[in-house]
Amino acid sequence: MNAAPSTPDRLSHLQRLEAESLHIFREMAAECAKPVLLYSIGKDSAVLLHLARKAFYPAPPPFPLMHIDTTWKFRDMYALRDRMAVESGMELIVHTNPEGIARGINPFEHGSAVHTDVWKTQGLRQALDLHGFDAAIGGARRDEEASRAKERVFSFRAAGHRWDPRRQRPELWSLYNARVAAGESLRVFPMSNWTEADVWDYIAAEDIPVVPLYFAAPRPVVERSGTLIMVDDDRMPLNPGEVPRTLMVRFRTLGCYPLSGAVESEATTLDAIIAEMRGSRSSERQGRLIDADQVGSMEKKKTEGYF
Amino acid sequence: MDQLRFITCGSVDDGKSTLIGRLLHDAGAVPDDQIAAMTRDSASLGNAGGGTDFALLVDGLTSEREQGITIDVAYRYFSTPRRKFIVADTPGHEQYTRNMVTGASTADLAIVLVDARKGVLTQTRRHSYLVSLLGLKTVVLAVTKMDLVEWSQSTFERIVSDYRAFAETIGLTTVIAVPVSGVTGDNIVTLGESAPWYRGDSLLSVLESVDVAHETTGAGFHMPVQSVIRPDLDFRGYAGQIVSGAIHPGDAVRISPSGQTSRIARIATFDGDLDRAVAGQSVTLALSDHVDVARGDVISAADRPLEAADQFEATIVWMADAPLLPGRAYDLKIGARTVSARITDIRHEVNVNTLEKLAARTLASNAIGVCHLSLGQDIAFAPYHQDRTLGGFILIDRESLATVGAGMIRFALRRSQNIHRQALTVDRAERAGVKGQKPAVVWFTGLSGAGKSTIANAVEALLTAEGRHTILIDGDNLRHGLSRDLGFTDADRVENIRRAAETARLMTDAGLIVLVSLISPFRADRQMARERMVDGEFFEGFIDTPLAVVEARDVKGLYAKARSGALTNFTGIDSPYEAPTHPDIHIRGDLTSVEDAARQIVEHLRAAGRLRAD
Repeated sequence: MNAAPSTPDRLSHLQRLEAESLHIFREMAAECAKPVLLYSIGKDSAVLLHLARKAFYPAPPPFPLMHIDTTWKFRDMYALRDRMAVESGMELIVHTNPEGIARGINPFEHGSAVHTDVWKTQGLRQALDLHGFDAAIGGARRDEEASRAKERVFSFRAAGHRWDPRRQRPELWSLYNARVAAGESLRVFPMSNWTEADVWDYIAAEDIPVVPLYFAAPRPVVERSGTLIMVDDDRMPLNPGEVPRTLMVRFRTLGCYPLSGAVESEATTLDAIIAEMRGSRSSERQGRLIDADQVGSMEKKKTEGYF
Repeated sequence: MDQLRFITCGSVDDGKSTLIGRLLHDAGAVPDDQIAAMTRDSASLGNAGGGTDFALLVDGLTSEREQGITIDVAYRYFSTPRRKFIVADTPGHEQYTRNMVTGASTADLAIVLVDARKGVLTQTRRHSYLVSLLGLKTVVLAVTKMDLVEWSQSTFERIVSDYRAFAETIGLTTVIAVPVSGVTGDNIVTLGESAPWYRGDSLLSVLESVDVAHETTGAGFHMPVQSVIRPDLDFRGYAGQIVSGAIHPGDAVRISPSGQTSRIARIATFDGDLDRAVAGQSVTLALSDHVDVARGDVISAADRPLEAADQFEATIVWMADAPLLPGRAYDLKIGARTVSARITDIRHEVNVNTLEKLAARTLASNAIGVCHLSLGQDIAFAPYHQDRTLGGFILIDRESLATVGAGMIRFALRRSQNIHRQALTVDRAERAGVKGQKPAVVWFTGLSGAGKSTIANAVEALLTAEGRHTILIDGDNLRHGLSRDLGFTDADRVENIRRAAETARLMTDAGLIVLVSLISPFRADRQMARERMVDGEFFEGFIDTPLAVVEARDVKGLYAKARSGALTNFTGIDSPYEAPTHPDIHIRGDLTSVEDAARQIVEHLRAAGRLRAD
């Protein structure tokens, strides 16, 4: 038996967030027939997985992990994914849209909009239908983007995975309505009330493994439209005369490597990352090229079934 | 560092968006790219005369509004070195009650905005009533636009005194008033020069320091069980979030509603066993005895057990477009338990503007009413004013599965304790036995003119001919007697069906085979009828005759009247018929003769064993 940690009378901010997330996980598991945790390997997924393991301890979480793969993630991400699946003892399902493979979809020739739609939006819908999952757990937070600020913890999806704002259910207290009819499903966001700062503070406090790309290191990058893109493998076509430079960079958010902007940084430790973030004056998703595709971009993707 | 969740009440006209925008901005919570967008847009979209319009920071969802997307409750996050804040903002005017109630349900306190030029208005009282209804005790009264009344001390003091007088009447015990201007920023994050007479703190300082006990370790220990964790045969734990009190290994506990007792063996967490757990924590408890504990039960300190009851008075906020119908069965979720529930009576509706009590037979969307409820089984509970988690519930529509209402338990009616059921010497089995049968209800449902009554009559004739004891309850006949006081609104229809079901239930106690012929268009109502009966005694008989056929027949001329508009709320025409999905008996009224249909139904009852005594 482990040593007994002491319990204060009043919970701290992080303890309150954690307790709320565990409560959400347990409600979801009790009321949904076939849930799945959507694991996308970033820092939010890392925290999400950690919370899931805590919620059902000493049993393993009663659902599998699923990664909707685009084949264009950073190599470091694939390595961590496989390691965490082993460590958690959970089943890992990897889904890759066969149409994406057949058409060789990539962000360079097809653009970020098509790339995201085929691999992620269509891929996710396929995978959920294929396995018959009625609830998909994600690490999205309300502070990430304007249209997420009103997202429910249990977000209702009509048949065909469509997000209909008019059918979202009021959520009072900690009472969640997880009922769905055949063909309908839920997206469940246990970390709705977390902020980017909370995520890093929690990773530090709980010593949660994250992808090394969040820490600054010398990496080969090229600059495109003012954004630093890392050349993670030799599939990246270089423009005539373009030569990758090695800069001390890190990533604030991680997605597909050709679509993730790096920032120059000297932050090589968690403390340094947290200090840098507190001093930072730009939005976290600014480095995500897909959000800026078009006006109301995230809202539109959501109605189409994007996470 | 701790956390404060609050809700802002007021409209854009009160300067709410400007105030929140200013708070976020001055607290350093707004990223540079968003500030740049605000500065850029202030000139073209802003309402600050070309100056920086801070409202643009929170009205970032405007484009969505233009796209016709509803914004109901938006949550925002910011922090200072002293506290983390979660702000629930309800920007729209539409569905305001529903949204404010939702936002307030998780808040620790409310900021109520009052425009210094206008003073305490009807909407101020409405917002404050909703805040108090949801159990908040602390209000920060932000008197805004003080720059437009030249920071007049007397104006501020008059508004504060008006507000305090009202707040006291609705149980808001703590009111902290701050004079502010969102445009100049005075007294929002730091104290300005404009009101030297003001001796209090800035709005942000108040939010940082106000004491709001959201977890009460002093109260008795209570934890609703969310799930039973069984990784192997050696461990059986009960997972839940502690709603109040503290617990240690060895403490005696009682399970509600069963009343069993045990002791805490372990407080198991991923980080190791705890020697103590407190309100707010999510833990897994192992007990020292093998007791029967299921999801939805509540584990309490043995000396602080919860009451259990199945009849309540509660305040209900209705949230669905379709009105609340007394008598209809809904699902009620409280803690981790879901049970069936009926509203037996609407005591009164509350006018949220005047707080007057109004008589009401239904509750429309955004209406608030004090109601009596009857549940399908006992639940453990505490009155809402004592504990939000143990006394707050939601109502779920069984058909749409949507959340249609929220409720707060006021007290148990104790009818289940006061009205002892009379023990009867001769029981229902004996009554049926002497008739050589078992009780049954065949519930004929279908469109008007589908042939329900005709077939029911034929069934009764066949059963009587073979010596069975039957009774036929016909919808039309019911309307002349037992239900003569009812009309054809949805609420009255539900009540009519309830009366028919209760009558049928009494008849089954008498041992009879009961034939009920009622259009009963709504699944939820037929389900309610089914639940009134003993298991295995209810047979849903769907007389399935297509609308085109019954309308062409139109025996009573009612379809013609309904089509012409002379008759409204007519099933199949301007009121829906929800066909049974899994009827026990399914007769195609247009393809089956009355005789065949009757024989089929009698044989169904025979096969189900109802036509013989055991």
